[in-house]
Amino acid sequence: MLDLVGNTPLVDISRFNPNPKVRMLAKLEGANPTGSVKDRVARYLIADLERSGRLDPDSVILEPSSGNTGISMALVCRLRGLPLTVVMPANVTRERRQLLEIYGATIVESPAETGSNGAVERARLMAAENPRFVMADQYANPANPRAHYDTTGPEILADCPEVDVFVAGLGTGGTLMGAGRRLREHNAAVKVYAAEPMPGEMVQGLRSLDQGFVPEIFDARAIDGRFLVTTVESIESLRRLTTTEGIFAGVSSGGVLAVASRIADQMESGTIVALLADGGWKYLSEDVWSRDLEDESVESLNLW
Amino acid sequence: MTRVRIPPVLRVHVDGQKEVEATGATVGELLRNLTADNVGLSEQLFGEDGGLHRFVNVYLNGQDVRYLQVLDTPVSERDAVIILPAMAGGGAAGGS
Repeated sequence: MLDLVGNTPLVDISRFNPNPKVRMLAKLEGANPTGSVKDRVARYLIADLERSGRLDPDSVILEPSSGNTGISMALVCRLRGLPLTVVMPANVTRERRQLLEIYGATIVESPAETGSNGAVERARLMAAENPRFVMADQYANPANPRAHYDTTGPEILADCPEVDVFVAGLGTGGTLMGAGRRLREHNAAVKVYAAEPMPGEMVQGLRSLDQGFVPEIFDARAIDGRFLVTTVESIESLRRLTTTEGIFAGVSSGGVLAVASRIADQMESGTIVALLADGGWKYLSEDVWSRDLEDESVESLNLW
Repeated sequence: MTRVRIPPVLRVHVDGQKEVEATGATVGELLRNLTADNVGLSEQLFGEDGGLHRFVNVYLNGQDVRYLQVLDTPVSERDAVIILPAMAGGGAAGGS
């Protein structure tokens, strides 16, 4: 299974693309074994832990993740015979929880209102209290961007050496840092843009700004711009992607394409590559393709 | 007047309001005017060097001003400014 990670298709999405003067391509990470880009990262994180000598026979791998990373880690850990505990916000979709259970991971919940920050904080606390827990820490581990530097970036260049603009979602920053660096080494003029979700009011449960968090692996200078997208905008783009191209992707992919469209509108020519981080399967329970977007509760969903 | 969205974590400094209005020709001027009589908010938005606090992101029409002209980014009355705390990304999907 692990040999099937990566080498995902890069497809033309000209029927979706709002600006015919520009070429727009989408890299479909939903084609990975567990359905997301995180399979690449999990493979590198676990290999890194195995090489590091930090794993004892009674070690348990601990990962804060609101979904895809945990699921990818669960597949890799299952195949490597390593126990895994995942810390996730209580409001993640049901499919994510089910997939973790299928692969045999243990789940620990963190409060929904503190979002991903809360999960990271909780996991770091657990690791500090119990030395059996070993964290791969995708937010701080250079193996995360390296996975993209070694695989995602070269795959894009092999399929589309003429890429001018790369757009991906911002979470840990791994894709943007790793693939972005590889693309810029190939051509220093390549622009790298981040799409980030507008956090819902509900998931901003910080007590003070000092609880803010910038992933250790994220270097702000390695990108050229950063755009906010609302959940509604993301879902609208996602629906349009499904109807125009027949591509079934996750909500963050809609966000990335909303940003790619904004950038395309400002370009006279060139090629944009947008990375669609996952398939749509894990979002079916939230009725993303049919629910009423006027309903204010949409913005508080944890779908990114 | 330009509309400025205030995140929950900073609303204690603006009487609980979700959105306030401020004037200024640049993002810096706008935020200075907004914080002129508000030491608490000023301390949260600006670092000791007078630049934006490391854990504050300011967006002009959805775009992070750090990639525009930072505090010198021009602002018009029709623009929308959003202030957000730096947070861990979803890490779910786009979380890459």
